Amino acid sequence: MMETIRRISGVNPRKCMKCGKCTASCPAYDEMDYHPHQFVDMVESDRIGELMQSRGIYLCLSCFACVERCPRSVEPAKLIEAVRLAVIRQQGMDHLTPDQIPEKLDPALPQQAITSAFRKYRK
Amino acid sequence: MQRVGVFVCWCGSNIAATVDVERVADVLGREPGVVFATHYQYMCSQAGQELIQNAIHEYDLTGVVICSCSPRMHEVTFRKTCERAGLNPYMVEIANIREQCSWIHKDRESATEKAVILGRAAIAKVHLNAPLTSGSSPVKKRALVIGGGIAGIQTALDIAEAGFEVDIVEKKPTIGGKMTQIDKTFPTLDCAACILTPKMVDAAQNEKIHIYAYSEVTSVKGFVGNFRVTIRRKARYVDETKCTGCGLCTEKCPQKKIPNEFNLGLDNRRAIYIPFAQAVPKVATIDPAACTMLKTGKCGVCSKVCTAGAIDYRQKDTYVEAEYGAIVAATGFNPIKLDKFDEFAYSQSPDVVTSLELERLMNAAGPTGGTLLRPSDGTHPKTIVFVQCVGSRCDDAKGKPYCSKICCMYTAKHAMLCREKYPDTDVYVFYIDVRTPGKNFDEFYRRAVEEYGVHYIKGMVGKVVPENGKLKVQASDLLGGRQLHIDADLVVLAAAIEPDESARPLATMLTASMDTNDFFTEAHAKLRPVESPTAGVFLSGACQGPKDIPETVAQASAAAAKVIGLLSKDSLVCNPCTAKPNELMCNGCSSCEKVCPYGAITYLDKEFRGPNRTVLLRRVAQVNPAVCQGCGACTVACPSGAMDLQGFSNQQILAEVDAICR
Amino acid sequence: MPVTETFQPTIVAFCCNWCSYAGADLSGTNRLQYPANVKIIRIPCSCRLNPLFILRAFQRGADGVILCGCHPGDCHYTTGNYYARRRMTLLFSMLDYLGIERERTRVEWVSAAEGAKFAATMQEFTAAVTKLGPNRRLEDLRCRKD
Repeated sequence: MMETIRRISGVNPRKCMKCGKCTASCPAYDEMDYHPHQFVDMVESDRIGELMQSRGIYLCLSCFACVERCPRSVEPAKLIEAVRLAVIRQQGMDHLTPDQIPEKLDPALPQQAITSAFRKYRK
Repeated sequence: MQRVGVFVCWCGSNIAATVDVERVADVLGREPGVVFATHYQYMCSQAGQELIQNAIHEYDLTGVVICSCSPRMHEVTFRKTCERAGLNPYMVEIANIREQCSWIHKDRESATEKAVILGRAAIAKVHLNAPLTSGSSPVKKRALVIGGGIAGIQTALDIAEAGFEVDIVEKKPTIGGKMTQIDKTFPTLDCAACILTPKMVDAAQNEKIHIYAYSEVTSVKGFVGNFRVTIRRKARYVDETKCTGCGLCTEKCPQKKIPNEFNLGLDNRRAIYIPFAQAVPKVATIDPAACTMLKTGKCGVCSKVCTAGAIDYRQKDTYVEAEYGAIVAATGFNPIKLDKFDEFAYSQSPDVVTSLELERLMNAAGPTGGTLLRPSDGTHPKTIVFVQCVGSRCDDAKGKPYCSKICCMYTAKHAMLCREKYPDTDVYVFYIDVRTPGKNFDEFYRRAVEEYGVHYIKGMVGKVVPENGKLKVQASDLLGGRQLHIDADLVVLAAAIEPDESARPLATMLTASMDTNDFFTEAHAKLRPVESPTAGVFLSGACQGPKDIPETVAQASAAAAKVIGLLSKDSLVCNPCTAKPNELMCNGCSSCEKVCPYGAITYLDKEFRGPNRTVLLRRVAQVNPAVCQGCGACTVACPSGAMDLQGFSNQQILAEVDAICR
Repeated sequence: MPVTETFQPTIVAFCCNWCSYAGADLSGTNRLQYPANVKIIRIPCSCRLNPLFILRAFQRGADGVILCGCHPGDCHYTTGNYYARRRMTLLFSMLDYLGIERERTRVEWVSAAEGAKFAATMQEFTAAVTKLGPNRRLEDLRCRKD
């Protein structure tokens, strides 16, 4: 899994010197459960499973402030993107059970949208 | 035919682990001309050297081949060994089977085969070696120190103490360097000026030391023991011999708004100025870019008020040519420019300063008279944030890859001094690591934390936004697991340090090596830290690598010791591997003379016996063996093949090529 | 050079004593690997290299020859590598005229601090020469001892 993340992102997490500048620059700090410096550390110590379960990876704004500011060009945002892609590329996993769907339906949502969503997420 | 002895070294396991040394000795022992071949664990040791010497005597050896580490390590050692045994030291050749064989190849078979081939090449070469005797060249007993900071001053004082003449060349109007701008020094909190100025005065008053301030080196020719240097003495427009340093001109000059470099632009100076009160030499200097008189021909106030008549608007740059036996580079460092780090708002707010600027703000001789005040509105800062590693430990594209070494300590010092003088101030230091390697350094840093209550936070500052007169600092606290938002009054950046910009052109002039960060390279990283690989050039201070004052002074004295070792010799043994012309083949074309970088070749009309008892007068080349450095440019340029290089002759190199390609 | 199933080229490297030989030593000190086909001959300066030495190497069966020297501007003897550069340019032109593959000869400027560059250069060069195969055009069979 770590190999996949490294390959997708092109990032070498060992370059990180644990300075924390990425986290210091992150505008979404308060919303995230794991922060940029933690992403890098978790990828390096092979805790990718936890990352994939977290909500934080979807709250990342992809503003790339961490990429811009990192003195070692470690590019944490690319790691997050890679983890997101790893999640998306998982096949045959259910993200919702059928019971959860009715409450998430918005009455204003047209019928076609619901059908096409099923079509998309069936893949 | 030579009687060659072959000695293969194990070098412990360095060679023996990858190369079958016994087999190498065995195979090479069967080469034509080899009468003795053996192997031993450490050829360079006492026992190993005795082995070689005994073999020379026992087997009447006329040539010796040693298969060992690089000749750059031990060629000198083995030459001396053979000399002591009565063999000419230039009948020795070394085959490098360590750095260029056993250490780079893993396969034993191919490494052994290569070692045999390299041994064969060395044997082929030594068959064609001829005994050479070294000439000697004189040593000019005068040293040149380029750079007048604490490193240059200390080196000069030590050299003068040994009784040799020394010249210091400093590009600023005064000597003293960065230490003049520092307020207090770690870890003792000594006043920098108090410990430096006595040394500056010593240097000025010492009869053996001559200071060329406001001067630069423009060219260096020659070689160790005989450098010919041109020094450009820039025009001050003030006669140094008349100026008393009273400073009246600096009070009356109407041009008041020039940024003062000594205070890093935090205040202004006049067009005629003395950098600071303890300047050595204490002589005024006119800045030609700012002076109305020099630009337009109108003014002349300083000239009118000068009671000593020292102003001379027509002064020109002068050039001095001098000869030196040794040169010491002591060009020092500067903090980097912070254009790539504007997330810290350095260009946006005057309250974001570098550490050196903070030194000036806290120094009693600085722009605020020693009271720490915000540059923007002159109020007292209540919250100060220090940011470490700005530009250090970065990717090459962003900043410097190395650690600048001094910043952790000077920030601890600044933080401590702020808390001591102004106990009502909150001081935060954001660090990645705290590096305190020297004597009493860690204790000093702990005092800052424990006794003075400085908040050390492991994390980094992401950005600084100036807003309503405050500086909004957004930073991370990695151990506390939070993002901090601090309203600071003053932000201090520990900028990386880089070598002075004059270092690179100087390195080219001296043909001294530099690394990619523009620091001078030392001859050996561990064992020869104060010498450049170029003979006669020595290194002192931060120009060789970032370092603090105790290390600088130690290295300065070390460089001085090396210089003294060189200058105390009356003559230097020359390299005998010089060019030698064959006068019978020379046709006097001058091709060799034109390519020689040292001017070692001259031409002479000589008489030769011609046919039928006639005498022919022919123009032939002459090489001065004391000046020739043995590069070999002339040998290839010679169209008749008359010029050859002793020690690396055409036949020798061809023999090596043949042995390798066999 | 006798050709075996896996062709092993003979590469001669001429290294100047001050920069490139030190760079080669540094790659050894750092244990950076390069093929054992490369054999180094030490010369005081790259300007010592007479182009005839290169031709001699090819005559005796070398498959590739590389000259390493100090970077232009940094020559220990100030001007040596400029002359080397000019001579090598002419030599390349001549070899081209003779129909010798350009990749068999190379000039590389390596400083004493560039151990990694030295090792990488030797690896690349050996690979390039291996791809070209043995030097048949310039080898003088009369020089073969077997």
